[in-house]
Amino acid sequence: MDKITLPIYLDYSATTPIDERVAEAMCSHMTRMGNFGNPASSSHVFGWKAREAIEQAAANLCDLIGAKTEEIVWSSGATESDNLAIKGVAQFYRHKGNHIITVKTEHKAVLDTCRALEREGLRITYLVPQENGLLDLQSIENAIQDDTVLVSIMHVNNEIGVIQDIEAIGEITRRRGVLFHVDAAQSAGKIAIDLSRLNVDLMSFSAHKIYGPKGIGALYIRSEPRVRIESQMHGGGHQHGMRSGTLPVHQIVAMGEAFRIARIEMQADEERILSLRTRLWNGLKDLDEVYVNGDLEQRVAGNLNVSFNFVAGESLIMAMKDIAVSSGSACSSASMEPSYVLRALGRSEALAHSSLRFSLGRFTTEAEVDYTIITVRRVVERLRELSPLWEMYLEDSDPREMEWAVR
Amino acid sequence: MEQGMYGAKALDHYENPRNVGSLDRNDPRVGTGIVGTPASEYVMKLQIFVTSEGIISDAKFRTYGCVGAIASSSLLTEWIRGVSLVDAEKIRNAQIVEELELPQDKIHCSVLAEEVVQAAIEDYRRKQVLKKTA
Repeated sequence: MDKITLPIYLDYSATTPIDERVAEAMCSHMTRMGNFGNPASSSHVFGWKAREAIEQAAANLCDLIGAKTEEIVWSSGATESDNLAIKGVAQFYRHKGNHIITVKTEHKAVLDTCRALEREGLRITYLVPQENGLLDLQSIENAIQDDTVLVSIMHVNNEIGVIQDIEAIGEITRRRGVLFHVDAAQSAGKIAIDLSRLNVDLMSFSAHKIYGPKGIGALYIRSEPRVRIESQMHGGGHQHGMRSGTLPVHQIVAMGEAFRIARIEMQADEERILSLRTRLWNGLKDLDEVYVNGDLEQRVAGNLNVSFNFVAGESLIMAMKDIAVSSGSACSSASMEPSYVLRALGRSEALAHSSLRFSLGRFTTEAEVDYTIITVRRVVERLRELSPLWEMYLEDSDPREMEWAVR
Repeated sequence: MEQGMYGAKALDHYENPRNVGSLDRNDPRVGTGIVGTPASEYVMKLQIFVTSEGIISDAKFRTYGCVGAIASSSLLTEWIRGVSLVDAEKIRNAQIVEELELPQDKIHCSVLAEEVVQAAIEDYRRKQVLKKTA
């Protein structure tokens, strides 16, 4: 086994380290000797050079996703982009309709934005995905009403990694005359996106999920046919008035560089990551009572979400201190509810509590995966030895079929 | 959950749990208590072996749940071994919180531990009554 450095990072879906090349590009746009100007300064060379850097970054971004640079609005991240897209469309098209469709497994940036709009009187339909996390296209078709203005569906789910068929969904929304927003925070730079071909009207991006810095993202807004939004951030009229605020040149340049690298290296990266994920799953799947959450085929390469029945997420995570992963357990997160994503798939609360999300990335090695397999197996076996539910299961009195007194 | 949230004693009980296992639940001298539900992420099982003098001579546990729950039940087995039923009944969750230095949001773990002793003793006494009436 190759040498490994502990702790091991397997939480690339939460965030990624900035690629050295990206950090270098970023640093050259900050200090006095660098390109630090304000791109809104049209009266001198400092501003012109900064503007050029922004344009290059936009071109880099657009090369990866098949968009035009005038279709890009920079934001503080995918959360802001989701807010801008959904509130922006809802407000601009209020005269046309009052209804939005989304999915129960969306990121909170979409769900909570929709909740906020509900308080303002809009109606929201929350679709339930199938057990494998994928949407039944017919359910979208059926949910569209005369006053539906927007469908918002994420490309790749952050918890379970499943890939929704945005090409097919876009055909439906276009045919029915409804706008389509896609949160692509977890997919850009990992799977191919060609907006010149897709019927997607708005798309949210993040830099820090793809080896760029935190605090920067973008929203794609289609120009033909033209999509309009109501601005959410008012001020100096930057970015054609759609999002005011001085452009953070160093962050935008970094995001552009991250997307440029992704375009070149994506395919090789993803092939390697997929083989590592397969290795990880092969090392775990023969354990008794383990379940993959979400479809294993229609899935981004870096994600493996597994429930280890009869052990609790927090105790799993605490027992593998030198491996950084996420859990769907209520006890290990800020909320007291177990993962709402797994619950929406119909997983029992107990299975949701016992889930771990492994997310692999550009710097994950085979040795790290092998170490993880050994550790997880040891920990699961140890905790099951401690678990009364496991004992009942072995004694053929399956705890899932028992009636539990609620105290 | 934060790494630093638990004190050294709680982590020690979690990493080296005492008295893990089971006793024969059909033995009339064994009392079994189970509290919690899988859906709530906590199931605590405690078994006690009681001598004819009313002393708990052995105690075993198994717990499904977080570090706090595992540590609380492990500590509990240490405390009740060699103790009379009357004294074991007096154990309160606040004592466990204090000993393990449990954080505020893990106090419910100690409550379960208090409840599981009561449940095990109750089960033992029920068996004794059954034995006499049989």
